[in-house]
Formats: sequence, structure tokens, C-alpha cells
Amino acid sequence: MRNLFLFILRYQFFFLFLLLFVVALVLTGTRQHYQQALMWHSTNQVAGRVYQYVNNVNSYLALREENKRLHEQNNRLLNQVKDNFLMREDTVFEVRDSLKERRFTYMESGVINRSVTRRNNYLTLDKGRNHGVQANMGVITPNGVVGVIKSVSDNFSLVISLLHSDVLVSVKLKKNDHMGSLQWEGKDYRVAHMYYIPPHVELMSGDKIVTSGLSTIFPANIPIGRVSDWEIRRGETFYTAAVDLELDFNKLTHVYIVKNLFQEEQEELEMLISPEI
Amino acid sequence: MINWRLVWLFVFLVALQVLIINQVTLREMINPQLYPLFVLMLPFRIKGSIVLILAFVMGLTIDIFSYSLAIHAAATVFMAFCRPAVLRLTLGPRQPDMEMAPSFLSMGGFALALYALSLILLHHTMLFFLEVFSLTEFTQTLTRIFLSAIFSFLIIMIAFALFERSKKRVAS
Repeated sequence: MRNLFLFILRYQFFFLFLLLFVVALVLTGTRQHYQQALMWHSTNQVAGRVYQYVNNVNSYLALREENKRLHEQNNRLLNQVKDNFLMREDTVFEVRDSLKERRFTYMESGVINRSVTRRNNYLTLDKGRNHGVQANMGVITPNGVVGVIKSVSDNFSLVISLLHSDVLVSVKLKKNDHMGSLQWEGKDYRVAHMYYIPPHVELMSGDKIVTSGLSTIFPANIPIGRVSDWEIRRGETFYTAAVDLELDFNKLTHVYIVKNLFQEEQEELEMLISPEI
Repeated sequence: MINWRLVWLFVFLVALQVLIINQVTLREMINPQLYPLFVLMLPFRIKGSIVLILAFVMGLTIDIFSYSLAIHAAATVFMAFCRPAVLRLTLGPRQPDMEMAPSFLSMGGFALALYALSLILLHHTMLFFLEVFSLTEFTQTLTRIFLSAIFSFLIIMIAFALFERSKKRVAS
């Protein structure tokens, strides 16, 4: 044993080299998931911080350029602000972007007639065929879905309100994307009901409901309201949730008409399967 | 006793390698390495085992900042292992002043260049083959080794020259 130690000590240079080299090779060649993950993680901890710091310095050095870029962007955005335009009634503003194909355009419109008290309610808007409005366009506000264009005249259009028994809106729980259908049951105009929530979904009072984006009419993620109450109704297997609508239909004065530029294409495609069902 | 000059050299070389050289893309395949200068510049009197350990630490530090597992550590340790033999070969029968470090002054230009170039080639060979971790792209790896080695050699010799000048200025 003593001789072995003496031997190693005598050739310590070589043995130390062997040891260090093998350690490095093992670290390099390790194919163990855990070890590699650990190594990446710890590497990242150190190097990431340094690079972040360097990046901070770099970005500080690039401030002048960045500033200029922001100014340009600011200018561009300012030019898009609606207040800067003299509104011609029939104008729809489109932003051209070669990267993204535009799917929805919005047209501002005033509400000239409405009701909330009937079982089936309608609204009248001050935009019509002359402004490019067509049947089956959606009507929204930033706070929620208003309804769907039912028919148009030259200068006006008629909207089936969400407060109508024929309107079903595809919605989802914002927190976990569970889908359901929203319909107004006709009592309180501030409360609608969401159907078909699977019973395993945990509901909380105040859960946000937004549009799902599955229909061809409404874009996704328009807020609808918040869950206030839920139950499994007799004879049903799904939850039905009462939803406090964010939108006050009784105070509607301005809405946006949504045009889905691909509505026809999508519906035509989806029509292909319907005869077989 | 801690040699502060070596510590500063270590930090300086790591910073230069990681923050500047590694950020510059000359061409694909060219990957200059300045940090082997650390091992090249260690004074003659430092024991081989210490050189090995210092080389390992240096390599691993570079690895940490390059997200490259431990290939720099392996290559640098290998280079440190070859250092005494290369020194003996390039110096020949001459006996250097043990208190000095390899430099133009202590070795002479030709011997220093030969010493640096052979160790850089050994280091790069190990490094780039470990990086690919196979022999399948053999010629491509060889190209990488030689192209990178040329640039590494250039910047390392420039660094040697700069250190020489700064030392002279301090002396005079």
C-alpha cells in the first residue's frame, strides 16, 4: 500500500492529469438526463446572470439607437390614433402587415335603438350596407359581446342582441380554456348562463369568461363576464354557471362591428362535412 | 501565497474570451481561443500538478460561459499535460531562469512561437474533436482546428508582445 502511494506520488503529474481529464470527459459525455439537466441549470445560473448584466450594459450603450427607434415607433403609432383622423363615416382603417394576414377588421358604430326588457332583444346601429356592413357580422364592445348583425338596410343594421333566445355564443373559462356555450335565459339582462361545463372543472366565484374564438363571428378573448353561481341542473351531467355580464346593455351607445375576412372561406370549408352528419 | 498577477490575468482572459472574442463571428468555423494564454504564461517554476489544476479551473470557467459541458476543461488539461514536454523540446539544452514565465525575453521569439503554436494545436485538436464528439465530420473538424488555430496563434502572440512591452515600460 505504501509503495502504491509512493508510486502515485512519484507520478502524480500523470495521475492528476488522468483524473482531471477523465472528470472532464465524464462531465462532457454524460448522457444522463438528470446530470445534464443539473449541469445546464447550474451553468445557466452563473452564466445567465453575467450575460444579463452584460446585456444591461450593452442595452445601455445602445440607448441612443433604441431611443430613436422608439421615437419612430411612437410617431407611427400616434399617426394611427383615431383622434388624428377626420372620421369619414364609412371608413375602415386597415393596417397593412405582410407578416400577418389580417383576420378581423373593426368598424365603429353608434347605437340608435335598443331594448333590454323583452325576451328577444334587438339593437339598431347607424351603419348599413353603404358602409360595408353585412349580415352575420359580429358586434362587440371592449367589455363584451353585443350580438350578431341580422339584416342590413342601406344606412342601418339590425342586431340580434345577446339578450335573445336564438343567440348562442361559444365561450371559455379564461383560466383553463374549458369551453361552453353562453345564452341568455331571459330574466335579468345583467346575467347570462354558460352551459356544458364538465363536472370535473373547478369553478370559482369570479372566474372570467371570454369568447373562445371558435365561431367565425367573434375574435377570441373578448371579455364576457364573471361566474357568480353554478350548479348541476336536474337531469343534466354538466355544470351550468350564471355569468354576471360585464357589458351593461342598457347603457350601450357605441359598438364595434367585427368583420371576419375569412368567414366565407371557413364556413365553406366546414360546410363540406355537414351533409355527412 | 496568492499570486495576484495570475488572478488578474485569469479574470482578464476569461472576460476577454467570453465577453468579446466569443461574441465576434469572423466566419463560420473560425473560433479563436485566447484563454490558453493563461496556461502558456504560467512561470516555469510552477509545479506541473498545479498547472494541471489551474488549467482545469480555467477550462471549466470557459465552459460555464459557453454552455459547453466540459470540453474546454478537457482540452486545457490536456494542453497543460503536454506543456513540460513541449517546453523541453522547444528550449533544447538551454536552462531558462526559473523565476520567469515563457516570453520573448526568456525563450526567444522562435522558441516561444513554436511552443505556443504546438500547444495551441494540441489544445484545439482536443477541443474541436470533443465538441463534435465523433469522427464522422473528420475533414470539417480538421478545417475548424487549423483555421481557429491560426487566429488563436495570432492573438496569443500579439498578447505576448503586448505583455512584453508593458513589462519593459514598468522596468524603465
